[in-house]
Amino acid sequence: MIKNISNLGDAALYCDFGMQVNKATNLEVIKYFNTIREKKIKGINNLTPSYNKLIISFDLRVTNFSEIKNKIENLDTTIEQNKNNKKIEVPVCCEENFALDKNRLEKKLNLSYQEILTKFFDKEYFCYMTGFIAGMPFLGDIDENLRTQRLETPRVKVPQGSVGITEQFANIYSFDSPGGWNIIGNTPLKVFDDSKERDPNLINPGDTIVFKKISRQEYESSNDK
Amino acid sequence: MRVVMTSNYFEILRGGINTTFQDKGRENLYHIGIPFSGVMDNRNFLLANKLVGNHLTAPVIEFAYQGPHLRYTGDQLNFAITGDVIFKIKKKDYEIDGDCYHSYHLENGDEINVISTNKSVYGYFAIGSEIDLKFQWNSCSINTKANIGSNNGKKLDSGQKIKLLKINSDKTLKKVNYINNKIENIRVIKGTNFDYFSDEGKKVFFEKEFIVSKLSDRMGMRLEGPKIENIVNTNIKSEGLVKGVIQVPADGNPIIMLSDHGTVGGYPKIGVVVSVDYDRLVQLAPGSKVKFQEIELSDAETLFKLYEMETKNLLNQI
Repeated sequence: MIKNISNLGDAALYCDFGMQVNKATNLEVIKYFNTIREKKIKGINNLTPSYNKLIISFDLRVTNFSEIKNKIENLDTTIEQNKNNKKIEVPVCCEENFALDKNRLEKKLNLSYQEILTKFFDKEYFCYMTGFIAGMPFLGDIDENLRTQRLETPRVKVPQGSVGITEQFANIYSFDSPGGWNIIGNTPLKVFDDSKERDPNLINPGDTIVFKKISRQEYESSNDK
Repeated sequence: MRVVMTSNYFEILRGGINTTFQDKGRENLYHIGIPFSGVMDNRNFLLANKLVGNHLTAPVIEFAYQGPHLRYTGDQLNFAITGDVIFKIKKKDYEIDGDCYHSYHLENGDEINVISTNKSVYGYFAIGSEIDLKFQWNSCSINTKANIGSNNGKKLDSGQKIKLLKINSDKTLKKVNYINNKIENIRVIKGTNFDYFSDEGKKVFFEKEFIVSKLSDRMGMRLEGPKIENIVNTNIKSEGLVKGVIQVPADGNPIIMLSDHGTVGGYPKIGVVVSVDYDRLVQLAPGSKVKFQEIELSDAETLFKLYEMETKNLLNQI
């Protein structure tokens, strides 16, 4: 349930689902996101679901805050939704040149790289949201022993395909981009494909992700590279 | 058999600093990480198109600071430049200084040299013709970060050609009297993390002067000035952003999200610039001094309506 609705400026609603960041809260966010999308409410021109928030942008020439707030408060979210969430396997190579933060992570976590990778590949992940740059998935939750802060000074350019971790989350850099997450490997998969206008993202909120460790040779021979 | 080759095109002799095709931008893609993009200054975009008889939301060339130098080959057409821009039109035997908010005829062999914007950032070049452009998600807008839109999502560069399809048949010359006014007080609505900042920090935000940094582009405008003190947390769980959001990272310097912004972010939001001030906000050149001024939602809504009416009146004068 939405705990509170406020305005974010004069052309957006800020829907707060509570302080907790977990799968249950996020599924509520995704439910609202899907329902509002299907309703095609006049004037709404963007929706941004995240861990525990949903931001609804609207065209101030067409509608306003109180109108949209009223519609959201009276929204029927009990309708059964088509659940087409997928389970996706993402191959990751963690060998030299790809594991940019190997040394840093070993030191910060006080674990060998082998131990770090075992814990990382041992879990299934849930996609909470996508964004920042086109197609970047925010996944969780990583093993409690792997949790650490962002880099003190973010990199100017994280290479495309890099798989990063920070706090309870993992992500994949869909493009070369500035960024401060700890990089443990790289995937040859194309995470964002702009030739598919209907569905450009490989991974969408609600999907399940399994990472699979691959060798450099397998990485090089992958079709997406 | 007679083959009619209609090849009307511009040759780019110099691309300029950040020259892109833009239109109204893209909607309903924040959730996959794609921002609105589109023109930065909407009013000047609409006026440029109206001056050459285009659809109001037809693609235009947007440039920042130094614009492009173009040579035209083809049949007569109209063009217009809007903003506060210094440009020259080179005809066969002479050269003239161009005026913004006037449309001009362009003949085979003519050149347009957009020298610079004047104490502002963005200018608009509208062509009275359909342009041969790739559209993605119903927009040609170039997003150089995700390489989306026309020209493979890259800014325009020297040596390239801009191919035209169908030149507008009406070539009446038009003009409108308009002067861009500068903004010094940016009006903002308090942000969702306003209370993360100390009383002193809030006071600094609303009372002190900030200077627009050189590190500003279509994604965001960075400001420098007195540090805004955060007493709760300099990070929040990543959540959605919208145009105009003012984030304050750990260093205490505000950043305003602009049209190509990242769709989610993890810095506290101290405020949001109101819609009525957006067109004038983006025109603030590095070095400009600004202050933030608090405004209530209802006033922001009324002021935006008035601004839209004013834009419509200007369009009706053309």
